[in-house]
Amino acid sequence: MASEKPDHEGPDRGLSGLPGGKPKYSAFALARQAMQYHQGWQRAWRDAQPRDEYDAVIIGGGGHGLATAYYLAAVHGINRVAVVEKGWLGGGNTGRNTTIIRSNYLWDESAAIYEHALKLWEGMSQDLNFNVMFSQRGVLTIAHSEHELREMSRRVHAIRMNGIDSEILGPDEIRKFVPIINIDQTIRYPVMGGFLQKRGGTARHDAVAWGYARAADDLGVDIIQNCEVTGLRRNGRRIVGIETSRGFIKTRKVGCVVAGHSSVVAAMADIRLPVASRPLQALVSEPIKPILDTVIMSNAVHMYVSQSDKGEMVLGAGVDKYNSYAQRGSFPVPEHMISAAVELFPVLSRLRMLRHWGGIVDTCPDASPIISKTDVEGLYFNCGWGTGGFKATPGSGYVFADLIANDRPNSIAAPYALDRFQTGLLIDEHGAAGVAH
Amino acid sequence: MLLITCPYCGPRDESEFSCGGEAHIARPLAESSLTDAEFADYLFLRDNPKGLFLERWRHAAGCRRWFNMARDTVTHEIVEIYPMGSGPASKAGKAAHAASWRRDTAAEAASKPAHKSRAKKDKVS
Repeated sequence: MASEKPDHEGPDRGLSGLPGGKPKYSAFALARQAMQYHQGWQRAWRDAQPRDEYDAVIIGGGGHGLATAYYLAAVHGINRVAVVEKGWLGGGNTGRNTTIIRSNYLWDESAAIYEHALKLWEGMSQDLNFNVMFSQRGVLTIAHSEHELREMSRRVHAIRMNGIDSEILGPDEIRKFVPIINIDQTIRYPVMGGFLQKRGGTARHDAVAWGYARAADDLGVDIIQNCEVTGLRRNGRRIVGIETSRGFIKTRKVGCVVAGHSSVVAAMADIRLPVASRPLQALVSEPIKPILDTVIMSNAVHMYVSQSDKGEMVLGAGVDKYNSYAQRGSFPVPEHMISAAVELFPVLSRLRMLRHWGGIVDTCPDASPIISKTDVEGLYFNCGWGTGGFKATPGSGYVFADLIANDRPNSIAAPYALDRFQTGLLIDEHGAAGVAH
Repeated sequence: MLLITCPYCGPRDESEFSCGGEAHIARPLAESSLTDAEFADYLFLRDNPKGLFLERWRHAAGCRRWFNMARDTVTHEIVEIYPMGSGPASKAGKAAHAASWRRDTAAEAASKPAHKSRAKKDKVS
């Protein structure tokens, strides 16, 4: 039977449940705790203090970093791993995104990594014994012009050639699928059609960070918060450790997954990356009754919207037009996005917004990530995810752990090496990245 | 939200402008002598400092003219606005210009009009 399973089943997915012996979460555990007035819950992960030495250190305690640490321990058996985080776990872009998951990208290289990630999403709650609330509610991308619709159908065919579900919908089908949408052909950007990935959807972003942290901790990974990296110590061309605000940590392998601050950490090792750090903004409305049971995106008007399980409308915009590390965006960007949202969904016009925030994303010239070795031996970078890193969290962590463990990229990670900017083998995904960079 | 003083029109709202990215990148004139890696420096690598950044802006919804700006990427403070073709005049701007790694790259060296040795030869002949 085992041989009939696809590649991503079995141990390749990580480990099912918590083999380290942590108490499991289940309906029975919930009932048992309810009888004890919920006094018996244990910490999900230890508040680890840095040790002197690790086999590998991951810089950045966001989803990608925690996933990397988990797969290092679960798939490669490397348990002496630390995740060092400047702030708190999942406090950066992992807790600031709009949680959209899909794999409908144009190129084969992208299909490989995003579809790999989507398959891991489908089993993640079981693998981690943590309900990440992965909901395959579908992701519908809308076209607003004849040309965009034609380009879209070309894209849909390319996606289907890669074995990924994708279908074109006309305005009437869209109206049936999303009753609140305005398909009036006289508006400024009329709905001409769209394409749907039914297996796409959303997940609870915090739960992803917590789930990976708990499962990694169960396997012995140290998660060290409030620990800022201040330097990368090298001996010749080899990494020998990291300087942190809590002292020196000796290690021969460092994986760097710090999103918006990638250039800053890279500069500590005299490495330059072709990334630009930009704010990406999102906002959340007051909670209302269920009106939208899917995810709507529009590249042309820079808007994407979904409704959370709490009832809040979650809206996201395109990146700001200038570099910034300030974690707050400029006002015209959400204003532009809201005007588009209100035209497409007139029902939103009186909705009040509760929260608005910005995260710093590292955008790449070709809108594809960098998963790469560097000129410094033992130093690896996973960055450049730009506006769409959340959907790739498990796949990114999986292939990055593989790169760190084996010191060579596997077939999924290989096209994402830094040298593509010299060879010219770019993976141009500006069209599929959802919003313009 | 930035209030940008266009050198030609005066203070205007940020939404009237478009940002052209890093300033002071010269196209290598001696491009045939560069390796692929060195040319990639020119083509793809952009400075991404946390702090003062020298960048180009255009008053897209106004006079449509380009100018340079020295802006802090953390505080968003605009330190200086200066015309295209000139360097920063403020102390902080000059320091940021000199400290940029781009000044040390082969692509930057290859952007100079001609090598000094060759210029001397030309004079002799």
